[in-house]
Formats: sequence, structure tokens, C-alpha cells
Amino acid sequence: MIVSYSWVMALSAAIFAIGVAGVLLRRNILVMFMSIELMLNAVNLTFVTLARRMGSMDGQVIVFFVMTVAAAEAAVGLAIIISIFRNRETVNADELNLMKW
Amino acid sequence: MAIDLLIGAIKAIVILLLVLNLSAVLLWFERKGSALIQDRVGANRAAIFGIGKRMGLPNLGLMNTLMADPLKLFTKEDFVPEGADKFLHALGPFLALFPVLVTFAVVPIGDAIQIGGRTVQLQAASINAGALYILATIGVGVYGVALGGWASNNRWALLGAVRATAQMISYEIAMGLAIISIVITFGTLDLQNIVHQQGGVWFGWLPRWGIFLQPVAFVMLLTAGMAESKRVPFDLPEGESELIAGYFTEYSGGKQACFMLTDFAEVVLVAVLVTLFFFGGWQVPWLYGDGFHLGVHQLLLPRVAVVIVGVLAFWIKVVMFCWLQILVRWTLPRFRYDQLMRLGWKGLVPLGLLNVLVTAFVVVLATGAGR
Amino acid sequence: MPVQLFIFLAVVSIASSLGVVVQKNPIHCLLALILTLITIGALFVALDAVTVGFLQIIVYVGAIMVLFLFVIWLLNLQAEPVPIGHLGLKFFATIAVAAMAAELFVFLSKTRTALGEVNVAAGYGSIDSLAQTLFGQYLMAFETTSILLLVAVIGAVAVARRALPVRASAGSPRPGAPS
Repeated sequence: MIVSYSWVMALSAAIFAIGVAGVLLRRNILVMFMSIELMLNAVNLTFVTLARRMGSMDGQVIVFFVMTVAAAEAAVGLAIIISIFRNRETVNADELNLMKW
Repeated sequence: MAIDLLIGAIKAIVILLLVLNLSAVLLWFERKGSALIQDRVGANRAAIFGIGKRMGLPNLGLMNTLMADPLKLFTKEDFVPEGADKFLHALGPFLALFPVLVTFAVVPIGDAIQIGGRTVQLQAASINAGALYILATIGVGVYGVALGGWASNNRWALLGAVRATAQMISYEIAMGLAIISIVITFGTLDLQNIVHQQGGVWFGWLPRWGIFLQPVAFVMLLTAGMAESKRVPFDLPEGESELIAGYFTEYSGGKQACFMLTDFAEVVLVAVLVTLFFFGGWQVPWLYGDGFHLGVHQLLLPRVAVVIVGVLAFWIKVVMFCWLQILVRWTLPRFRYDQLMRLGWKGLVPLGLLNVLVTAFVVVLATGAGR
Repeated sequence: MPVQLFIFLAVVSIASSLGVVVQKNPIHCLLALILTLITIGALFVALDAVTVGFLQIIVYVGAIMVLFLFVIWLLNLQAEPVPIGHLGLKFFATIAVAAMAAELFVFLSKTRTALGEVNVAAGYGSIDSLAQTLFGQYLMAFETTSILLLVAVIGAVAVARRALPVRASAGSPRPGAPS
């Protein structure tokens, strides 16, 4: 058997689905954040696979930018989480419901 | 295909054994060398079956350091502190040692040799992006320290681990900038190619080594490398007189041996990197592919002898730089933590950036590269 | 890439991503995420994107995950108890995720091209060609990204900083100053 592009795309779809499940089913904000990183990486894998299929470098440049933006987002998001923890002493998403009706 | 796999496996095993043995010998260097520097005797007790006692052989401390100590370490009781995470406690030493040993896969120890019509590179993995691989594996080495401290359920170990992690990620940047300057100078990421470009001489006598092209990067790489391996003067995370043993306080037996081995394997790694990038790797001055050529004199040698001389030269240079690090360790006092961080962020990083800028300008102006 | 390598990397990455989502101790989740990222980096290298693969390990595993680790330490998060409740959310979330996964599988499995059938240029994925494209066609995006990183650093420091202490004598107004 030879590896075809659809296999790698299916793998990235699976990782993306697992990431979505993590965001929806876990209540710990940090684990939800990690699941978001999983989703970003699944998308990176898709980009690289398609870039290889098309033989162009544009996909890899996009992956480079996604990585950079993910780093920036992780920094700011974690700072927000620290700030929330200082005020509310919890990282459980259920208890952060001040803006709920 | 099978022959290629076999050759690759043999190369990997050989280089692994070389590094592990050199680390063990370095342990002996360190103990006896520090004793020499500090005007004391050092380890001289253990001798098995009284071998050479009358000849004064135990005074060398070889039996003590190379056989008795490892034997003791591996037969000690291996306990996990109460309340500690067993899995992470066992994972810590592995995550610390594995990346350091794996880095040696891309290190070229000699020129290519011909075996039975097949060209064999003396490099376990000949990849095009060797320098990037080194940066990647050094980055992963942070986790062993972090998990070792966290999993010990001991607040001083955790303190050591937090300090160590912050220090290591800070000095990774300085190391990366030094390596970037070298890559810009030589125009390639491939380590064997970088070593090849350091052959030959200028003006008939000065070898074309990287140190004459990038002296600032040499100082940066040496400093950042010593900070990465948490050796004095950067050993506050280990803090032998303050935190007992810092992040590996709660480790005994084989796991402590792994952490010690990591320390010495990183010493070898820094020495190897400095040799490869700045001192010509396996290149010997005036030694070309077919023998020595100095002006009009020449000494022709068979190809195998040339390669063996290159390999010996490489390891001699590596041992010299290991000795330099041991000397520095036993000469300088320890930095305070804020001094350490200040040196990393306010000293080395701006210097590294400036070096990259100047290097890029000079390379573009000198070679007209790029458009 | 050889089939065995792909199957190995696929199994490890799926197992570790499941580990991220399922485990109770946040540090175990972090370790599973690190394993996933390293596996995906290996997949990148196997797909000829060598520079991006190593950059993934240097940037993601070496820096961003250390950031996560520091936050877990700072907040001293322990293993959480098994969560109960939200059964409605979990039920519908599972159905939604399964439906999305099935749809993705169907759409993304259309192509049958094998990896070896497409020949790429000689320097594909090397740092040379990545740099040519990045600094040639995408220069504006690159410069904007560097400004973005600067903003993110400043923002993170500003958000996570403790409030500055109020000086004791700040209450009384200066004589002659408008109050």
C-alpha cells in the first residue's frame, strides 16, 4: 500500500474532531485551550499536505504564520487565564458565569 | 536497503557509545581535575582486590570513579517520594537524557570514507537541516528538568526546576542567534558542509576556521551552552549549597545517574558544537584529501589514514573544550539569579541580534548574494 | 514516506490527542499534547516540509508548551475530580462531533493521489525556498506578524501584571491644585 494524500487528510480531520470534542466536553479552561491548539495543529497538517499536493510553498508559509499567531494567542490567552484566576480562584468554566443571564 | 539500514544502525550505536564513554571519562576528569585545581587529592579510595595498591594506582581514582561509583549508583534503592507522581518521576530523567543523546545523530566525526564501493558518511544521519535539528532537540531538553522538579513533591526541587526552566529557555535564544550567525556565514544548515568549508588555509598558514570569521558568536555559543547545561557559573538551579541538589534532590540511584549523565553529555555536546562551528571539526590544518601539503613539502597518505587523522583531531579538540568547561567551572563563582537573567536577556540577546545584523550585511556586501 | 512510518505516526498522534482530552491531571494533558506536536512535526518532515517541521518543534514544543507549563505551575492546578453533570451538553456535543468528523472524512477522502505520484521541485521545503516565498510574496504579512508579536508581548505583560499599589499620600490634593 502506498500512502495517499487522503489518508493524511483523514488523520488531520480526526485530530480536529478530537480537538473539538475537547473544547466542548472539558470544563477546565487550560485543557480547553490545549484542545484549541490541537485544532490549530490539525489545520497546519492539512495545509502542509495540500501544499505538497500542489507542489507550492504557499501552504508552508501559511503554516509559518499560523504558528506565529498561535504563539501570540497562547501568550495573551494564558495571561487572561492568570488574571481570571487571581480574581475568581478557579479555572472551571462553569464557575465563570458572571455574564450569564 | 538492508545494508543501508545496517550501516545506519552501526553508525548510531558507535556514536552513542563514544558519547556515553566520553561522558563517563569526563566524570573522572572532573573529579581529579577539580582536585588538581583546588590543591587536594580527590577520589582515591576504592580499589578492587587491591589491584595496584603498592604501585599507588588507586591514587589515580580510575577504579573509584569509573567502576565503583557507577556500580553504587545503579544498585542503590530507587525510591519515589510520598505523594509524588510515579509516572512523571520516572519520566523526568528520560526526558532529560534522551534529547541530549539524540542530538549527536547529526554530528559528523570525519570525512566520507569508501567501503566496498559505497560512500559512507561518518555521520549517523546526514540531513540537510542539521543546525535546525540541533536547536529543536536542545529545546525539548527543558522538559526533563521541569518534570523532575515538579514530580518530586518537594518545594525546593520545584524552585530549582522553575529557575532551571526559565534559565534554559532564555539561553536557548542566545544559542539560536549564535547558530544563525554561523549559518549565515557558511550559507548552509548542513553540518558536514560547514566543516568542509573550514578546510584550507588563508595566506598559506592561517586555517579557515569559523572562529576567525565569527569570534562574537563563539563567545556567545560557549556562554549560552554552559548556561544551558546548568554548569557553574550558571548552576543556581542546582545550587549545591543552597537547594541541596535543586531539581534532582529527590532522585537516587539510576535516575540520578541519568541526570548526572545528562550534565556531562551536554558538556560534550557544547564542546562538539564549538568544535564543529568554530574550530574546523575534523579538519586538520594543511591536511588535504591525499596527505599533508605545506608550501612545497608534502607527505602523501592513503585515504583511510587521512580520515583517521581527521577523526582523532576531532576528538582531541572536543576533549580540549570539555577541559575548558571544567576549568571554568572550578574557577568562577556562581551568578546570582537576577545577574544570570540580566546577562541572558540584556546582554547576550542584543549582542546576538547585532551580530546577526552585521554578519548579514558583511555577507551580502562581500559575496553579492541575493538581489 | 513508507506506510509503516505513517501508520505509526498516525496511531501515536491520535492516541496522544485522545490523551489530551481525556486525562484529569493537566500536566498529563500537557505531556500528551507535547507528544502530539512532536508526532505532527515528524509528519511535516515526512511530507517534505523539513523547515516547517523543525520549526514546529522549536516554536511549539520548545516555547509555547513551556509557557503552558509555567501557567500550570503558577496556578498550581491539581488533578481534577471526575466531572458529572452536563449530560445534555455531552450527549449533543458527542453527536455533533461525530457528525462533523464523518462529514470531514467524506469530503477529504476524495483524492486518491498517492504521495509518490506528485514530484516536487528540488529545493522544496528547504529553508531557501521558504525564505524566498516568505520575504518575496508575503513580506507585508511578515512585517505585520512581527508587529502582532510585539503587541501580544506587551498585552500579555499588561494583562497578567499585578495591580500597582496605591500610594498612601495620593488621597490629599495639593494646595492650590484644582480638586
